[in-house]
Amino acid sequence: MSFSPAYALAVWRRNAAMYRRTWKWNLLPNFFEPVFYLFSLGIGVGAYISEMQGLSYIAFIAPGLVCVAAMNGASYEVTYNIFVRLTFEKAYDAMLTTPIEPDDILGGEVLWAVTRACIYGGCFLVVLALFGLAPLPSSLWALLVIPLTGLLFAAIGITFSLRIPNIDSFSFYFTLFLTPLFLFSDVFFPLRERLSPAWLWVAEALPLLHPVRLARAAFTGQFSLVVLWDIGYSLGLSCLLLIWARRSVRRRLTN
Amino acid sequence: MTISTAPVIELHSVSKKFGDRMAVDGLDLEVPAGVCFGLLGPNGAGKTTTLRMIYGVTRPTSGTIRVFAMDVGQSTRAVRARLGITLQQNVLIEALSPKENLFVFGRYHLLREPELSRRVEELIDFLELRSHADVPVKRLSGGFQRRLAIALSLVNGPELLILDEPTTGLDPAVRLALWSRIRNLRAAGTTVLITTHYMDEAQRLCDRVAVVSAGKVIRAGAPASLIAALAAETIEFDCSIEEEAALLDGFAEHARRLRIGQRLIIYLANTTGLIDHIRRSDQGDRRPIIVRPTNLEDVYLSLTGTSLEGDA
Ligand SMILES: Nc1ncnc2c1ncn2[C@@H]1O[C@H](COP(=O)(O)OP(=O)(O)OP(=O)(O)O)[C@@H](O)[C@H]1O
Ligand SMILES: [Mg+2]
Repeated sequence: MSFSPAYALAVWRRNAAMYRRTWKWNLLPNFFEPVFYLFSLGIGVGAYISEMQGLSYIAFIAPGLVCVAAMNGASYEVTYNIFVRLTFEKAYDAMLTTPIEPDDILGGEVLWAVTRACIYGGCFLVVLALFGLAPLPSSLWALLVIPLTGLLFAAIGITFSLRIPNIDSFSFYFTLFLTPLFLFSDVFFPLRERLSPAWLWVAEALPLLHPVRLARAAFTGQFSLVVLWDIGYSLGLSCLLLIWARRSVRRRLTN
Repeated sequence: MTISTAPVIELHSVSKKFGDRMAVDGLDLEVPAGVCFGLLGPNGAGKTTTLRMIYGVTRPTSGTIRVFAMDVGQSTRAVRARLGITLQQNVLIEALSPKENLFVFGRYHLLREPELSRRVEELIDFLELRSHADVPVKRLSGGFQRRLAIALSLVNGPELLILDEPTTGLDPAVRLALWSRIRNLRAAGTTVLITTHYMDEAQRLCDRVAVVSAGKVIRAGAPASLIAALAAETIEFDCSIEEEAALLDGFAEHARRLRIGQRLIIYLANTTGLIDHIRRSDQGDRRPIIVRPTNLEDVYLSLTGTSLEGDA
């Protein structure tokens, strides 16, 4: 029970100071990735698809890609960057020579990952708005889905980062975890129409599915009770993982 | 003497076990306010572990630790707010400049403007970082980086400064400069706890030292009194083990001595008698003999050295 928002913010500011140095190099590739998907699939492949769930194909994939942008923004931060800070830069050892406690470190890192999710998700949302793909005002609800996606993938990524032996393991995380999530979480096609009912239950375990459904609900303005389950899943899983991460961080940094 | 106050650091029979290895084993330590205290000991003696327990990142397996009369385990934040710690390994942000590092660190202590900028400027001057204050740390020399590491630990104006081997790997000029800064801080009332493998450094800098071996304090005191307790003078020369008894006969057979290969080092109150005796036995074949005042390194080696002979 030793979390202090002021100290967590100091941790956040350290990352922000670093990011100010490198944002041009970081932001551009991460930002363009979903834009490329949007145009390649939305306009290219979309030309052969007359409609998907009553929407043009590009309008169908747009909300999901907002979540993908947020997921990527958070994920790079809590994987490679956290691992580097933990093992190579010894940033946390430095922090622990000051009044900062492990809980503040975890809090600051999560907050920073959410911030990055907001930067990437937010930028992408602006792009969508510029191309008239973000219906206003309903798509503004996505502004809440973006930090929620960030929180969820911060929690998942941190949990993974605290368990792995070396930095190479992250390629598993990206290729065998995030890539399938990206491809099979309702972003590009409705799972509901392609999976048998038995498998649909299994698919509910996919973390990206829930933010994507929320974003799509926001864009279409069609909210159902499933929204509550999606929010509950995202917050619940985040909390569970962060409770575990809290103990794990303390154990990693102190002995 | 100053008026006696409560010690800044008190460790009572502190132990730390890693698995079944005792890193610190029933260690007692008291650091009075305003002194420069040296923690000496061989690699793996438990110095860093002891320091980590003092600032609360390692929990002792048993024993009590009080810093500023507070229990470190209970009041970790309050203790660390008044501490400055330079770790054995530099933990700088390499992509940022010294100035930016100082700002980041100042914020860790929740310093705000204008206090923060004032403090950063002060430290840049104090540790002579001005010339490269805006260059990324990764392009700076080892000495410069170490000075920055020390500057970071001073950002909160600590009452107690903990330095884990601050001068390892530094050139003599940088070491001298750092000693003078440490003396300045001490003169301004900062208590300093320092570990070092350089005995000349400990002797010149520290008011008190404790020699730690295998996690225990094996000797503690002021460097001068530890030296006096060993012997005023030290004599060094080469001789074989066979020669030794005859050479020392009647002069130094009971003196503390240390052999390292051919080299024999003997600690004596007065070496004149022994020198004459050696010259006489050598009969004109004058072997080189070094006579010098005993120093802290001799004390250290006589306590921790493995080839020590003579009465204990
Ligand atoms: N986290 C740890 N896990 C297991 N053993 C440890 C850990 N930290 C230290 N030790 C062991 O405890 C002993 C004391 O280590 P410590 O780092 O305190 O020594 P030191 O006196 O600082 O040595 P040096 O002069 O080399 O810095 C060593 O045997 C070390 O291997
Ligand atoms: Mg050490």
